[in-house]
Amino acid sequence: MKPDVLVAVLARATARGATAADGYLVEDRHGGASVRLGEVETVTHARQQRLSLRVFVGRASAAASTSDFSRGSLERVVDEATRLARATAEDPHAGLADAAELIGEPPDLDLEDRGAEATPEARIQVARACEAAALAADPRIRNSEGAECSDRRARYAYATSHGFVRSYASTGFSVSVSPIAAQNGEMQRDYWYSSARKRTGLEDPAAVGRTAAARALRRLGARKVKTAEVPVIFDPETAASLVRSLAGAASGPSLYRRASFLLDRLGTTVAAPGVTIVDDGTIPGALGSRPFDGEGLATRRTALVQDGVLVSYLLDTYSARKLGLASTHHAARDGAGVTVGTTNLMLLPGSAAPEELIGAVRRGFYVTELIGFGVNGVTGDYSRGASGLWIEDGELAYPVEEVTVAGNLLEMFAAIDGVGKDLTLRDRTASPTLRVGRMVVAGH
Amino acid sequence: MDDLARTRPESFFSDRFNVTASLLDRVLGSSLLGKVDDADIYLEYRINEELQLEEESVKKASRHVSQGAGVRAQAGTRTGYAHTDDISITNLEEAARQARAIADRAATSATVAVVSRGRPHDLYALAEPPVAADLGRKLDLLRRLDAAARAADPRVRQVIVSLTSEEIVMLIATASGLTVGDVRPLTRLSVTVIAEDRGRREIGSHGGGGRVPLDWFLEGERWRRYAAEAARQATLKLSAVDAPAGAMTVVLAPGWPGILLHEAVGHGLEGDFNRKGTSAFAGRLGQKVASELVTVVDDGTIPNRRGSLNVDDEGTPTGRTVLIERGVLVGYMQDRLNARLMGMQPTGNGRRESYAHPALPRMTNTFMLAGEDDPADILSSVKRGLYAVTFGGGQVDITNGKFVFSANEAWLIEDGRLTAPVKGASLIGAGPEALTRVTRVGRDLAFDEGVGTCGKDGQSVPVGVGLPTIRLDDMTVGGTAV
Repeated sequence: MKPDVLVAVLARATARGATAADGYLVEDRHGGASVRLGEVETVTHARQQRLSLRVFVGRASAAASTSDFSRGSLERVVDEATRLARATAEDPHAGLADAAELIGEPPDLDLEDRGAEATPEARIQVARACEAAALAADPRIRNSEGAECSDRRARYAYATSHGFVRSYASTGFSVSVSPIAAQNGEMQRDYWYSSARKRTGLEDPAAVGRTAAARALRRLGARKVKTAEVPVIFDPETAASLVRSLAGAASGPSLYRRASFLLDRLGTTVAAPGVTIVDDGTIPGALGSRPFDGEGLATRRTALVQDGVLVSYLLDTYSARKLGLASTHHAARDGAGVTVGTTNLMLLPGSAAPEELIGAVRRGFYVTELIGFGVNGVTGDYSRGASGLWIEDGELAYPVEEVTVAGNLLEMFAAIDGVGKDLTLRDRTASPTLRVGRMVVAGH
Repeated sequence: MDDLARTRPESFFSDRFNVTASLLDRVLGSSLLGKVDDADIYLEYRINEELQLEEESVKKASRHVSQGAGVRAQAGTRTGYAHTDDISITNLEEAARQARAIADRAATSATVAVVSRGRPHDLYALAEPPVAADLGRKLDLLRRLDAAARAADPRVRQVIVSLTSEEIVMLIATASGLTVGDVRPLTRLSVTVIAEDRGRREIGSHGGGGRVPLDWFLEGERWRRYAAEAARQATLKLSAVDAPAGAMTVVLAPGWPGILLHEAVGHGLEGDFNRKGTSAFAGRLGQKVASELVTVVDDGTIPNRRGSLNVDDEGTPTGRTVLIERGVLVGYMQDRLNARLMGMQPTGNGRRESYAHPALPRMTNTFMLAGEDDPADILSSVKRGLYAVTFGGGQVDITNGKFVFSANEAWLIEDGRLTAPVKGASLIGAGPEALTRVTRVGRDLAFDEGVGTCGKDGQSVPVGVGLPTIRLDDMTVGGTAV
């Protein structure tokens, strides 16, 4: 790790006339292997580093980044950023986070696997075991897009021109597989995965393979249904995408641009009672956890929606100042500077078993996959391609494909009449099964 | 500012990183040759600049440099890929060693795909690449566009304008002794408008670009049209009614709605999915997959277009590949690996997002050839249906062929006339069937404005699409009005 590189770059920025600056440094090592039909397909190995810099000249700012850490290149990056900052407009809300708010000693969130780096052979073995279990699950699993096993080890450092420097390390491991089920000339692909901060946190690769196979198999024989307005149940994976859309509309940049259906809704009801959404960056060992955000502010647990009421937005320092609020410590660094990002975003579980939610529906649609980009963040209008299973008399009756589900996100969240108890934090965003009282399913 | 435009990639990498062709030979030769079917080293240097204006002033400006090398070795169906962002011989040799681990077993065949030498096209040589253009002129363009969008309609409340410019210098050296490079400029100007009226809010956006100089936006005041279009879309949607739900006839406007082809057939005709038999189009060469009015082409050689390349990211010259000819499936898009394994020729479609990614078969500019119908006649032929003018993104499930694409601006057609704008809605169909239902093809082929980006396996690359006005019978429209 080279936080000293970061410190030197910030010092140069100040010397070049910047009144303040901050920088973010990422170094990462990545390895992966993919296997298809038992044969090794790809083995990858990588080392990467990137330094991003933000400079302020008075209230004007600009950003620059480089993966080239040679002295000449680092100097050019500083010079470019200060030159650009002089060309941008003054913005009264621009600036670093308040120094008094910056994190003291970062907590140990148990984000790092301290074991030895995996060998390519070990990754190949995990991917093979995962795919083999999928292929062995049923004779109708005849093909595969392959299985993949990868891991990553990264160090992050954040520093400001006022002398703040903090860093942390994290690791990540994942295994996934995409088997293909075939019958009577029809082919259906599905996917399953497991991700964890530590190697021992990964699920058994064979269990991942069997789940993927079961998901592909249950799609065989899929048909289109007649257009209808019915209750729609989202499985945990697709429900998580709804939560992600809501968080997008609650994020600072969408709000100050007036590009959000949650504008002016703070303190009002935006979802059915019983719907509570939190973002918690402090869960030990979780995939979305981190000790501090992209501006050096300690992560924490933020309730976004409490029992149906919108109680907080997701803000970085800039968007908070523009909205006359305080940062919620959700700054994330992207290449172009600072934006807003979530950590572990969850819709909290209710009390119903998913089977009970399905069992209470006479005729409806259980969604297991959504495709396309038909979400309008300004109005909440929602229309996406979907596949899943049709519900008849409380039972999953047959697979459905080539239909859309449509509504409006605000109306959909208000119409949630069932929240499952099946929350598992498998990814950075998670939800239990959700039932929406009525939506339009378009088919033939 | 480095003058990348007049740089020769070979001398760029030797001057800057001391990586010469003979050293590349050494890395490839010593560690890889004889043990693999194919191997290459890809070197890349990229400058990226982004300027953004909001609330009537330029508040965001950023500039990024990235560089790196990817080393690949292939044996049979196996690929070893290693990359590093520290371009030095030591790191290249280490990467080659990592990549080679894959190919330790004897190669299954000794053939190395042969690509022709040199740089056959020169599709985007610019006197002044957009990254090098004067900052003051860029800021001025952003301000004029902002003012035009605000002046377009009193209901316009917010305007966000952005200009991104990029320059990539790449060099590829293959085990067969070929070294070929390219310098690739790219720029894109976009405007997003939020309009408000009586508590209702809507968004509209427009933009364009390509492998063109900054002045291209000034030709015929293209920028002014972007501003007017974004404002028109946002204000039009303020009065949009609920979109219909269910199966109906759909007419697609020319240009950007060509995203239909990209999703419905394009991805399904990429070599990798067909070699593996995982595409809904696998094994269907020579079969009828579309109406005979339909001919679909992928062409990476159109000068200055966003999806065009002189050579692909494996060094193969780009070309024009007919995918569907008068309704019959006649070709796939290939990179070197899949071409070799399928006994076909590479088509110049091996592309990667950056040095950090291995090449995959990808589209360039994908479009349908013009037909003979008058576009006005096509609209008036529809009793009840949907006219879709602009689209957001699309997505496809390659294996079952189901695809969606989302209309941003669409109109109801009643008795052959456009009657009311409708809210955004996804359209869903099945790739191998959708184009069999094309019943009219207009003579008005148009390309998109140059803003498309395609994602596959986590890799994004710039692409183009094109379409004449077409009529599709029996598409499912995902609205809410039952």
